[in-house]
Order: sequence, then C-alpha cells, then structure tokens
Amino acid sequence: MAGEVVLLNFWPSLFGLRVRIALAEKGIKYESKEEDLSNKSPLLLEMNPIIKQIPVLIHNGKPVCESLIIVQYIDEVWNDKSPLLPSDPYQRAQARFWADFVDKKVYVASRKVWRPKREEQEEGKKEFLETLKTMEGELGDKPYFGGETFGYVDISLIPFYSWFHAYKVLDNINMEAECPKIIAWAKRCMQKEAVAKTFPDPKKVYEFVAQTRKKYVSA
Amino acid sequence: MANEVVLLDFWPSMFGMRVRIALAEKGIKYEYKEEDLKNKSPLLLEMNPINKQIPVLIHNGKPVCESLIIVQYIDEVWNDKSPLLPSDPYQRAQARFWADFVDKKVYGASRKVWSTKGEEQEAGKKEFFEILKTLEVELGDKPYFGGETFGYVDLSFITFYSWFQAYEVFGNINIEAECPKIIAWAKRCLQKESVAKTLPDQKKVYEFVAQMRKRFVSE
Repeated sequence: MAGEVVLLNFWPSLFGLRVRIALAEKGIKYESKEEDLSNKSPLLLEMNPIIKQIPVLIHNGKPVCESLIIVQYIDEVWNDKSPLLPSDPYQRAQARFWADFVDKKVYVASRKVWRPKREEQEEGKKEFLETLKTMEGELGDKPYFGGETFGYVDISLIPFYSWFHAYKVLDNINMEAECPKIIAWAKRCMQKEAVAKTFPDPKKVYEFVAQTRKKYVSA
Repeated sequence: MANEVVLLDFWPSMFGMRVRIALAEKGIKYEYKEEDLKNKSPLLLEMNPINKQIPVLIHNGKPVCESLIIVQYIDEVWNDKSPLLPSDPYQRAQARFWADFVDKKVYGASRKVWSTKGEEQEAGKKEFFEILKTLEVELGDKPYFGGETFGYVDLSFITFYSWFQAYEVFGNINIEAECPKIIAWAKRCLQKESVAKTLPDQKKVYEFVAQMRKRFVSE
C-alpha cells in the first residue's frame, strides 16, 4: 500500500493544494517536486502527456492526474484512516456533485474577476460571490461540508481561501461581509493540522497573485 | 428494499444516454420522464435546483445529478452485476481521467462542428479530430476502453456516436476516414443490447440538430 509517492506540483496552485491536504490528512510521506510551468520538466510531460498539467501524483512510478481524481485515488488506496469521501453511495454522489460544482462554477467564476475592463471585473466579482453564496447554502449549519468531519468537498474548496486576502486587497472583495459563513468555515478548516501545515505562506501567495493578476487586468 | 427509480431526461442528450445505458447494463427498471428543456418541469427544478439540467436520477425520491456522477452511483448501488468501473483503484483513476477527458474536450469541440461556420468551424473540426485521435491512441488494440469488457469510459463516449451523422453533414467531415478505429469500436459497442436499445437513430438526431443549428447559423 505504501510505496513511493511523488507529487509534481506548483506551490501556489489551488489544485495542487487539494492533493497536499489529502496526503497530509492520510499521513502519507511523499517527495514533492516543484514544476516551473513556463519550462515543464520531461518528467511532467512523460507523466501527464495528455493535459501536461500539475498536480500529478506518481505512485510507485505510475501517474494519476486531475486533482479530484487524485484525491479519490488517495482515499481509496490509503483507506485505513481519515476517510475523505462518505461511505454511503448517496452521500458520496452528493459530495462528488459539490466538488464538481467547485470546479465548474466557483473556479470558473473566480477567473472572471480578472478581466481587462472595470465593468467586466464587477460582473466577474458578482458571479464569483454568487457561487460562494450557493456553497454557503449547501454548508448550512454544518461545521464542514462533510458534516461533522472535514472531507472531500471541504478539500475541494478550502484552497481558494489562500487567495482571499489577495482578492480583498487587490479586487476589493470583502469576503467577511459577503460570505461570513464561508470565512467561519475556512477558519475552522485552518485549525486542522493537515490544512494549516500545508497552506502556503500568505505573503508569498499575495505576491504571486498580484503578479499573475497584472497579466489580466489593465485597470 | 423498495426501489423506485425515475430518470428525468431529454432524448437527444448524450449525457442522458449515458445514464440510460448504465441502467440497461444493470437491468434496472425505471420510469423515464421526458423534459421539455424550454419549459422545465417543477419536478426538475425541485430535484436539480443548482444546475436545472437533465439527466437527473431520482432514487427512492432522492436526486442524483451530473451524468458521470449518476453512472458511478448506479455502479456502486447496483454492484451485483455488470461492473462499470474497474475494481482496482489505479485502473479506476485512469477510467475517471478518460471519462473526464471526454467531458471536458469532446462536447466543446463537437459543438463547434455543428453550430458554427467558417473559420470557427474549421478550428472546431481540427480540434475534434485531434481529440478523437487521442482517444484512438488510448484505445489502442483493446476491444473496449475498459479492456476486454465495455465499461465506464466506453459508456461516457459512445453516446456521442448518435450525433456523428449530424457532425458529418454539418461539418462536412468523414469520421470513419479520419478515425477508423473509433468507428470500429463504436460498432462493436452497438452490438451490446444496452447500447443498441438506448442510442437513438442517427437520422433522428440529425433532424433534431438541423433544427437547433438554425438558431446559431444563418445560411
């Protein structure tokens, strides 16, 4: 079951962070290899020839790609502790639905916050906040999306929290005011060792986001 | 266990067809409800308030949404016959990767083939064939993407075959000439009762697409 685990990653990546949190939850030792996405390594191109993207988990030499697929794989192989997905098939289908919503709606909307014109930025922000409010509705009064314990949907969304400070300072998005339940949930997640120890340095993230943002926003 | 299964669907939907094939593979009796997507039923809006889309599987009154999530749910609940996903976690991760590839790539490219014209259509056609050729390489010499037996990846892609005549006529393309292995594989899949009985006639789909195309392309 153990064996050799290597993760090809890029430190600010929200998707890579999902995998790192899952690995930490399971207490899995692994080697992390940082990729330069402007100069992808031969290993990355060999292990993910189709999409050529990180994260890639290489387990005993065999690659698994796409963050949510990797997280499910980790959960299924290292199934002795900290289950990430529910054991009930119906609850599992719900968890998959919401993680998929994070991918297809929350992430896609977050990209629209950075657009050349002011008008488009405002539109993008609105859409992004709407997706987070939908997530708030799904969270309800539960401590985690998974219910009493941190799970798959929590893992799929929590990495976005690492970018919230940047969104606040650079894009004037006040998450606390707009989505207080999400902030409360995120702080609860940050109390977990697997999350706190895995999250990248906030200052480094801010600098990276500020640099990246320049490419999209002219105003 | 009382087992009431209802499927909200739309007959030409390649996503709905995936669920119908899965239900047929498992020999599950269900009630089929055709939705008018221009006039969605209160039931659909209640069962899928987030995406408001078909297919929706309603099992004992509880909804499951998103075709690939539904198929996995069906495979996990009716696990006594015709397994759709591999039992090995690594093979399962590969199957999920390829079904996800079909979702992310085939639909978008194929849409450009039938709903656009000129330069945009030419670009769409090029992309469409690149994607199909990537799938051909993944298929290799195997009878099915799943190996010796029809499985999850086959199911995720075969439903597009019912739209091939529409792509060929409106795109002025010859899929068999470009991707003979895909056509051979599709015909092999059609020998399965669950597929043959589910896929609508290509001509019927073509007529449906012809109507839809009018809204996008003026000729």
